[in-house]
Amino acid sequence: MTATAIEANGLGLGYGRRGHRALDGCSFRVPAGRVCALAGPNGAGKSSLLALAAGLLRPTGGTLRVLDGIPSDARGSTSRAEGLRGRIAYVAQDKPLYPQLTIGETLRLGHELNRGRWDAALAERIVEEGGGLDPAARIRSLSGGQRTRVALALALAKRPELMLLDEPMADLDPLARHRLTAALMTEAADHGTTIVISSHILSELEATCDYVLLLDGGRVRLAGETEDLISAHTLLTGPVADLPDHTVVESRTTGRQLTALVRGSSAVGGGWQTAQPSLEELLMAHLRSPDAPPMLTPSAEVATA
Amino acid sequence: MVEFRIDRRSGVATYLQIVQQTKQALRLGLLEPGDRLPTAREVVEATAINPNTVLKAYRELEREGLVEARRGLGTFVTRTLGGPAADTPLRAELADWLDRARKAGLEQDDITALFTSVLEERADNHKGEGA
Repeated sequence: MTATAIEANGLGLGYGRRGHRALDGCSFRVPAGRVCALAGPNGAGKSSLLALAAGLLRPTGGTLRVLDGIPSDARGSTSRAEGLRGRIAYVAQDKPLYPQLTIGETLRLGHELNRGRWDAALAERIVEEGGGLDPAARIRSLSGGQRTRVALALALAKRPELMLLDEPMADLDPLARHRLTAALMTEAADHGTTIVISSHILSELEATCDYVLLLDGGRVRLAGETEDLISAHTLLTGPVADLPDHTVVESRTTGRQLTALVRGSSAVGGGWQTAQPSLEELLMAHLRSPDAPPMLTPSAEVATA
Repeated sequence: MVEFRIDRRSGVATYLQIVQQTKQALRLGLLEPGDRLPTAREVVEATAINPNTVLKAYRELEREGLVEARRGLGTFVTRTLGGPAADTPLRAELADWLDRARKAGLEQDDITALFTSVLEERADNHKGEGA
């Protein structure tokens, strides 16, 4: 089996007196070298999972291993966990940076804090691509999109083995989005970096992500290779009739026509038109059907000892 | 060298778009034996798609015997596709048929629909024979 970037076993995160659970019994694996989409509706637990993987939160149940270490131990700053933190880059949704520093000072800080791995040329190139970003400009004077660019420059120049990106592209214009995605993909091509990226823009994930983790209500709904998950499902259209013997994820009737997303790829016959769903269709169908059973491909399954 | 155009809304798998565009370039003579395909990194830099997708497309082209990966050098075209379709009798026959379709009152869209449906029907038949 290939090396593992993230492995969760019964992972839970509760907070508040009522014991609300942001994550509940999550078990999955993300192999190293993947670009993994972290999808799910608001409140699904995406940000919680990323913060746990970055070691900013401690699980309240189960275990989480990242690059063969325990990320939450980094808070106790044992030397091993410190080492782990150096190999991970985490960009939180609100892109926390020091507002009083200039861009140039921010990059120098990145350099100082990441001695030995920092790629200064890459950081400068990504900031320069922003067009007209003055290194002497203070972070507080930047727009949301410009701050995102600086945050991603910091994350990329750190040359991490694992990048955890929480809705990184939300406030970027289309050109910046394209260029920064290209920079991320180039990093993955050059160094085999594992990237986990949460996003609501499902159509964009399809071209960039070869792995998917779908969370809903704190639980894992789908996990595995994008392609394998897609080919394990079929979209059926036909006259209203009993569906053939398949696990039905979702079905809808419009007049005389029935449309259904089913598990299985075997030929159906009997007047059914079949098509392969897009990633977006697959994820949406699962979100509309909370009762559909979860599905994990073999590489996403946690090996039980 | 070719440049790939990825249409995220086409519904065609990204790796398949690369395979199809490479084949089209081979048919049109834009790529010839000995030409190098862009590296995964070059494609990714230009199109912002997943590098594994490019590698998958190249593996597919290699499996079909159209290209060859040479370690450390890149992926190279090994043969062309189709003849110069420009002046074969088939083309003249098709032009003939199109003239007749026009005379019969078919519009551009009707002709495209008709052609596509026959093409698909035949493709299915071929698959049936192959199995």
